[in-house]
Amino acid sequence: MTVRERLRQNISAAFYRHGLLCASYPVPIILFTSVSILTCCYPLLKLPLPGTGPVEFTTGAKDYSVPSHEPQGDLGERPDWYQGPPVAYIQQVLVKAAVSPWDSSLVPVDVFRSPLGRVFSLLEEIRNHVYTDRSLETLCLQVTELLPGLRRMQSILPEHGCLLVSPGNYWQNRRDLFDSDPDILKTVHQHEPKGIHTSATLKDLLFGVPGKNTGVSLYSRKRVVTYTITIALSSYDARFVASLRARLKQLHPSVNCTLREDHMVHVHFKEEIGIAELIPLVTTYIILFAYIYFSTRKIDMVKSKWGLALAAVVTVLSSLLMSVGLCTLFGLTPTLNGGSIFPYLVVVIGLENVLVLTKSVVSTPVDLEVKLRIAQGLSSESWSIMKNMATELVIILIGYFTLVPAIQEFCLFAVVGLVSDFFLQMFFFTTVLSIDIRRMELADLNRRLPAEAGMPPPPKPGPLRPREAPPPPRPSPHTITLQAPAFRNLRLPKRLRVVYFLARTRLAQRIIMVGTVIWIGILVYTDPAGLRTYLAAQVSEQSPLGEAGLPPHLGVAPVFPGGDPTSTLSVLPAPEPTPLPENQSQGHGASRPGGAPLTSPQISWGSEDEEVWRRLSFRYWPSLFSYYNITLAKRYISILPVIPVTLHLNPQEAIEMRHPQDTQHAPRSSAKTTDLQTDLTLYKVAALGLFAGVVLVLLLFCLYRVLCPRNYGQNGVQHGRRRRGDLPCDEYGYSPPVSEISPLLLRGHSMDIECLASDGMLLASCCLAGQIRVWDAQTGDCLTVIPNNGLRRSSSSGCWEHRDGWDSLTPTCEPDYNEPPLRRRVTPSRPTLFGDQPDLTPLIDTNFGELPPSHTTVGFGFDFGGLVEKAYKEHEASPTMHFTAPTPPVTPAPPQRRRSLGDPPVAPPERINVSPGEWDSSVWSLELRGNLIAAGRSSGKLELWDAVEGTLRCCNEDGSSGITALAFLNNRIVAARLNGSLDFFTVDINKPLGLLQYRGPPGRASLPSSPCYSSEDVISCQLTRSVQCAHQKPITVLRAAAGRVVTGSQDHTVRVYRLEDSCCLFTLQGHSGGITAIYIDQTMVLASGGQDGAICLWDVLTGSRVSHVYGHRGDVTSLVCTNSCVISSGLDDLICIWDRSTGIKLYSIQQEVGCGSSLGVISDSLLVTGGHGCVSFWDLNYGDLLQTVYLGQNSEGQHVRQLLVLDNAAIVCDFGSELSLVYVPSVLEKLD
Amino acid sequence: MPQLEDRCWSCSCSPGMKSKGFPPASRAREAMSAVAGAVSQAVCSLRRLHSAGLVRRGVVLFAVGVFLALVLYLLQIKRNVVLFPEEVLDTLLSSSWWIPLSCGTAAAVVGLLYPCLDSHLGEPHKFKREWASVMRCIAVFVGINHASAKLDFANNMQLSLTLAALSLGLWWTFDRSRSGFGLGLTTALLATLIAQLLVYNGIYQYTSPEVRSVRSWLPCIFFSGGVTVGNIGRQLAMGSAEKPHSD
Repeated sequence: MTVRERLRQNISAAFYRHGLLCASYPVPIILFTSVSILTCCYPLLKLPLPGTGPVEFTTGAKDYSVPSHEPQGDLGERPDWYQGPPVAYIQQVLVKAAVSPWDSSLVPVDVFRSPLGRVFSLLEEIRNHVYTDRSLETLCLQVTELLPGLRRMQSILPEHGCLLVSPGNYWQNRRDLFDSDPDILKTVHQHEPKGIHTSATLKDLLFGVPGKNTGVSLYSRKRVVTYTITIALSSYDARFVASLRARLKQLHPSVNCTLREDHMVHVHFKEEIGIAELIPLVTTYIILFAYIYFSTRKIDMVKSKWGLALAAVVTVLSSLLMSVGLCTLFGLTPTLNGGSIFPYLVVVIGLENVLVLTKSVVSTPVDLEVKLRIAQGLSSESWSIMKNMATELVIILIGYFTLVPAIQEFCLFAVVGLVSDFFLQMFFFTTVLSIDIRRMELADLNRRLPAEAGMPPPPKPGPLRPREAPPPPRPSPHTITLQAPAFRNLRLPKRLRVVYFLARTRLAQRIIMVGTVIWIGILVYTDPAGLRTYLAAQVSEQSPLGEAGLPPHLGVAPVFPGGDPTSTLSVLPAPEPTPLPENQSQGHGASRPGGAPLTSPQISWGSEDEEVWRRLSFRYWPSLFSYYNITLAKRYISILPVIPVTLHLNPQEAIEMRHPQDTQHAPRSSAKTTDLQTDLTLYKVAALGLFAGVVLVLLLFCLYRVLCPRNYGQNGVQHGRRRRGDLPCDEYGYSPPVSEISPLLLRGHSMDIECLASDGMLLASCCLAGQIRVWDAQTGDCLTVIPNNGLRRSSSSGCWEHRDGWDSLTPTCEPDYNEPPLRRRVTPSRPTLFGDQPDLTPLIDTNFGELPPSHTTVGFGFDFGGLVEKAYKEHEASPTMHFTAPTPPVTPAPPQRRRSLGDPPVAPPERINVSPGEWDSSVWSLELRGNLIAAGRSSGKLELWDAVEGTLRCCNEDGSSGITALAFLNNRIVAARLNGSLDFFTVDINKPLGLLQYRGPPGRASLPSSPCYSSEDVISCQLTRSVQCAHQKPITVLRAAAGRVVTGSQDHTVRVYRLEDSCCLFTLQGHSGGITAIYIDQTMVLASGGQDGAICLWDVLTGSRVSHVYGHRGDVTSLVCTNSCVISSGLDDLICIWDRSTGIKLYSIQQEVGCGSSLGVISDSLLVTGGHGCVSFWDLNYGDLLQTVYLGQNSEGQHVRQLLVLDNAAIVCDFGSELSLVYVPSVLEKLD
Repeated sequence: MPQLEDRCWSCSCSPGMKSKGFPPASRAREAMSAVAGAVSQAVCSLRRLHSAGLVRRGVVLFAVGVFLALVLYLLQIKRNVVLFPEEVLDTLLSSSWWIPLSCGTAAAVVGLLYPCLDSHLGEPHKFKREWASVMRCIAVFVGINHASAKLDFANNMQLSLTLAALSLGLWWTFDRSRSGFGLGLTTALLATLIAQLLVYNGIYQYTSPEVRSVRSWLPCIFFSGGVTVGNIGRQLAMGSAEKPHSD
């Protein structure tokens, strides 16, 4: 045990030192590893590249002997596959035949009918050739029957006999069948496959030359028919072959033929990968990629996930390469198929160690130095890494003792791979990891730590960070996670969804691209030889030097000096078997004057005829043999020099051999028509191409019109809010069902609603009259009415009629529960109520704020009935018009109201003339958390009300200046006062976190985690700290989130405080005007907007400005951030959407006058804006108007002044004295 | 383990499942483990309320089984014949269309049986429960098949010993649980037994005449296949159990 412990300690210490080393000198170590990788991979250069193309080896034909099986010493350049006899010797007889001279009485069929007919006599000759009692039968490769799947070819390909292939096979090698065949072309083409084919076709197979070179066509201009007779010999008898060659040459001499006859080409074929092998291979690779994906997905908490994943994959791959390289270096040649064992090797070596390392390093304390972190992480995992490696080595060693050669080799590779993988992990990956960790921004780390607001966080990231490490040099907005935009939440028509999907993923382009690449790959892969020869032929034909490039031609030309174009015709009427003295240059010369209609066919032999098979697909031989179940994989064939045969037929013979039906083709016979035909084809193709182009352009245009919104991306898109009545429809003419969203109207306030607050369950609103109402955010029921201190005017709705209920200490308005159709009840009575209601304000002077809290907890009972009735009577007698305008004149820019609070001398005029003396104070700010409503009054008093019971729970009068803004977070309340001071209060409950008393309807009690207070608790509110001079000028905005309190003031600065100890962290300066809007959320994103129209994004952790844009003419009135963008609205009634990371304006939406400030974000892609009596939903990703919802009947003409988005995707709008609750059903579904 | 088997066999619905569920010409392993699994599936589904999740897992496992069966079948085709694609597809579709189907069924059953057994024994499988490990396991399984199909061994003894060692290594690397071992062994034994029965009755024939060599590697393949499918099944079960939490 002690040994083990000591070992463990030693290993751990070694790893620690190693980690320090790696993190200290990253660049030299990475260079060192790269050099060692390259060194180890150097031997790989000697290995042949993988591929399935055949390999050739040429020997002399004269002194040929069958290579022995045993490799000899003096191999020279002889390849290692050249052992043992080949599968077959291939003897090809290349026949070129032409009818000459050509005269006008001949029909096109004559071009090939009689030349093809001669194949039978040739075949006869070859079959019957005997040389010293050896005939072809004894030497040729005997084949048995075809594969069972090839029954349809049974009549064509030879069976049970010599493998001898020629065009005669089409007619079962029978002359009579050929003669009676009315349509040769049809016979030839009936076996051609339809569509695209990649391997050798039957025509190629039988003719032995590529299809376009055969000359078997009605429109062939050269009128030379070329085909081969292919004989497969099982054993090589040089004398027999020589005698056959001599015989054929004697019969059909080709005078100008200078084909070389002394070379034998051996072609070795690699292993064929059929589909049967390909599918498992592909499967293993898919599994491999899935493995890599699932492994690297676990890398987390690093700067760049992709970079590390790439490093991990590189580690494994280069360790494999190293292992192969090392094995080759030490003389072990890999015999296994590399492609197929590669995935298994990767899987055996694995990525686990890399992941373990990453995890361990990442989990070290973040405040350590990077070096120490790496070292600690390494040393803590060292033991397990070593143990795992030892285990794997042992397993592989066991595999080595299975004594199966393949497994042994695999194990050897795996062992070397494991060791080199370990080496690379230790040096390469660790260093990369250290670089990554160093790069990782502090902010990144902090963002991932759960931002616990208010809770005292033990690690204390805030003050530590900036001190121990310098602020990150690049001010990139990395704090922003750019997530893929969430899918649209509102219901869309299917076609649009499809279109959006296509557009987002660029599916069509990608598919086309991939298809093109695959197609090109197939093209290049299947027929490289053909493509190459074709290109070479093209080049040699077109270049004027083409003939100079072909040496045989030059050699031939001087021999026949008479062979000039003029003499050609004179030699033409030669007897049939005699040779025609002609050469290459004649052929060219005759065909070049294209106007001559009667050019005689010229037979020429060039170097390209030497090895005809090269022009065929390289699958030609494998497919020919595979028909007989003979594989050429890993074996070779020897191709003997071709025997050239030239046939000249005179026209008489051709006419004699005609089939009666052949003359039907006569009208098309002349060369002119063929010329015309080609011209016509050209015109047709051109016309077709033009037509296709026009159609394509039209199609694209239509697609563009359909898909692209016209105003996409333009500044100030004028979507034009629709009037009531016409259907709201978007750009595409689709009008979403209006019935989907129905607003719920909350009425009850008698004056304009001043403050709104919500915690998702409850909704508190306060009107200018000082009345606070609490609503259920789900049903829209009015739960509580808290009257103003001096007022008892809670009675604009049902509460007035039920003052008995009020008297009997039930503060909630009971009838509101029981009668859901609130509107119906309220609407008729409303106008009259407002018209002739008495002003009760002077009557009631009971100040609840002055009541001791102990009294309020017990309850209060005042009988206001008498007083109010008296007031009513007075009112009826002399109607005083205090409230002539229930909806006060609409201010053109309502958002200014909040800000105007900041101007100390100018108090809101309406407030002042409503409450000259007896009005105690008005509520200037409101917050709601749990069951508690915090209300800040103009008198500087902070009140805490129970939202359900409507009782005053606590009151604090420490300050005297009016509370302009409140923030209520957990158990802390921050109040900003008019004189620029900031007060921090702590709410103490003597019974901690009592049971839920009222949390909405049952079943939905799981929403926010804000504290709740039961009615029995005694709640006290203490001023913990007061920052007297937080700002020089009044505080206009106060926001709190993520443990931070951010204030914005008229003095052009933003300050960031920490909530728990009210310590000022930063003063952010950057605006040139007063701050008018601030946004901060749980992810510590801070955005501020000022009177100068500028929007700044700040890094809360470092206090640095991330970006700064000027967006609006005039004040920025509100700001909201989502994951990817910042939305701002200004006094210029423009809503701008900015990209958060780049600060580029994506687009803007022009709002109606006065509606600019109300906006909210429901989800990442849904924006709500308010308008004249309606709210509109916008798709944030595309800037499209999705839907407009009209709120109520009589709300036309009123602005939505405030808009509050609740957690459960309800939207509360405030216009005038009414609230409107709008649910977005699809969003609700998603959130639930 | 035996108790569970007894319970499975005593279940009343087993004969019905057996008679109607599978074609008579069903390969041994599939049929046997399918029957056992169907019964236990019935038992499990009676006890469980998450039948939807069960069905989903079953479908996934079935697809995996079918796919693996096709791939491994292609792997077994001797390579010295260059076949045309249509030939391969023809043989795949014509002669033994039911093999992939029954393999899929068996995979579904075994894969559902593993987590079920785990929960019954009360020892949840905690070892290397992640998708990367599952992928590794599948790759090793395919590798074992590859080895058995493509490598040349000196004799059958060597072949079966090597394969047995590989299968045990697979189990030890990715499973290491008693229940997994037991279930894999049972699957392998039953499957081999019924395969042999079917072969002797002439219902199914091996393509190669040397039945003996086939017999030597068949149990190892079945064992490792069972362990692999069980691994997938456990991971699936864990994933579906985890999902509500993450939401």
